[in-house]
Amino acid sequence: MNKFEEELKKGNFITSECHKCDKIVWPPSEYCDNCFGNVNWRKISENGEIIEWSKKGSDVFCIAEFEKTIRIMGKLNTKNTDAKIGQHIQLSECSFNQGYRFIFM
Amino acid sequence: MKKVAVVGYGNTKFSTDDIPIESLLLESTKEVFNTTNNLSQDLIDGVIVSTNDNSKYLGAILSELSGIKPKISHTVEHLCSSGTAATVSAFSYIASGLADIILVAGADKSDNPGQVLDWDRSRGEFTRPIYWASMFTKAHKRKFNTTEEELAVVSAKNHKQALDNPHAYSHKAYTIPEIMNSKNITDDLRMLDCSYSCSGSSSILLASEDIAKKFTDSPVWISGIGQKTSSASFTKNDLTNLDTTKSAADIAYNMAKATANEIDVAEIHDAFSICELMAVEDLGLAKKTTGAEFVRNLFNTENRQINPRGGLIGAGHPLGATGISQIVEITQQLQNKAEKRQVSNANKGLVHNMSAAATSSTVLILES
Repeated sequence: MNKFEEELKKGNFITSECHKCDKIVWPPSEYCDNCFGNVNWRKISENGEIIEWSKKGSDVFCIAEFEKTIRIMGKLNTKNTDAKIGQHIQLSECSFNQGYRFIFM
Repeated sequence: MKKVAVVGYGNTKFSTDDIPIESLLLESTKEVFNTTNNLSQDLIDGVIVSTNDNSKYLGAILSELSGIKPKISHTVEHLCSSGTAATVSAFSYIASGLADIILVAGADKSDNPGQVLDWDRSRGEFTRPIYWASMFTKAHKRKFNTTEEELAVVSAKNHKQALDNPHAYSHKAYTIPEIMNSKNITDDLRMLDCSYSCSGSSSILLASEDIAKKFTDSPVWISGIGQKTSSASFTKNDLTNLDTTKSAADIAYNMAKATANEIDVAEIHDAFSICELMAVEDLGLAKKTTGAEFVRNLFNTENRQINPRGGLIGAGHPLGATGISQIVEITQQLQNKAEKRQVSNANKGLVHNMSAAATSSTVLILES
């Protein structure tokens, strides 16, 4: 298990970043993809927005973007049957069991 | 750099049968030997296997089962475009002079592990290809007002064209309403807009210009190669453009000193209907925003220029075999040996093969 997975298992959504290059390193990695220096780890803002979405049965799934860089796919926990592009959402749950899981609200 | 030609080929039937990977590889290899003049095992310098199967050492295993003792032998894996990636490796060995004759054999089983990229954390629990395809389709509908009917035309055309491909998984034609009313996989994807993961194998024999005519009077030359990888993560992609395909096409056209309007016949990576509409535009075969109209016109006029063997949707998609099967089709077309599928006066052809939601693409130009 890597650092990202360890934290995800605890319900923490984190990213790697490089202070030297002043950039988020995403997808999460041990080294900066620009300078190959060591990364720091920090929590990602829970506030994101919907880039695209669709539905499977009654489940709305979408690509959400955080900090204008980090995009992940997750399920939108909503009573509504649709969503909007640019809609503000929050990451309400994340986990790592056999696979990764992200829930937005 | 030596010129390199396709001088032989073999296909198995694509099916959902559970067949050992070694048997699949051997069957299409056997076809190459059965149908290629003057070919003997001792002439083959290299055996390259293209697959996503977890079995190890398949290059050596196929060599032993075929009685070949090659200098070069290994496996290439690059998800859905493993087949063209392996072909580019073989091309490079021959062009550089390291080898003269190489067998490239691709195969996968219908339950192959190449359909899900576990590493891509960004996909969350939505790991299967239907989810990125839904995102592509929804974004395309939103940006270009693409309709369900326009998507269904792709599937109707490719299923129809597969009727004349004896190796295709599907041998059933569907009407546009049948496709539009097929099972909803998601709100933006119908069952019949998806390609099927199949068991199957395709092989080609590549040879240098020094020896190509020993095996055939009509070698088909690989005159252009373009490849591009942008990422492994799907979610970094632009959803309405196949950027890697555009880059790969530019490189391939440039190498072949050819333009898109010279392409007489093309095999395009229609993993889902939306991919064909995007690819015909990004390969320059249709102008931007006219892809749906272009494909509808082909369908209405029974013009088989795009995906004459039925594409991935009609022929099925045994991942490691797909790119090679596409090359076999274009080779047959340029040799005027495609029987009922033949496109008239085909002199220049194109193969478009991509992986993991177009995070990488290969484009090949072939000439007779």
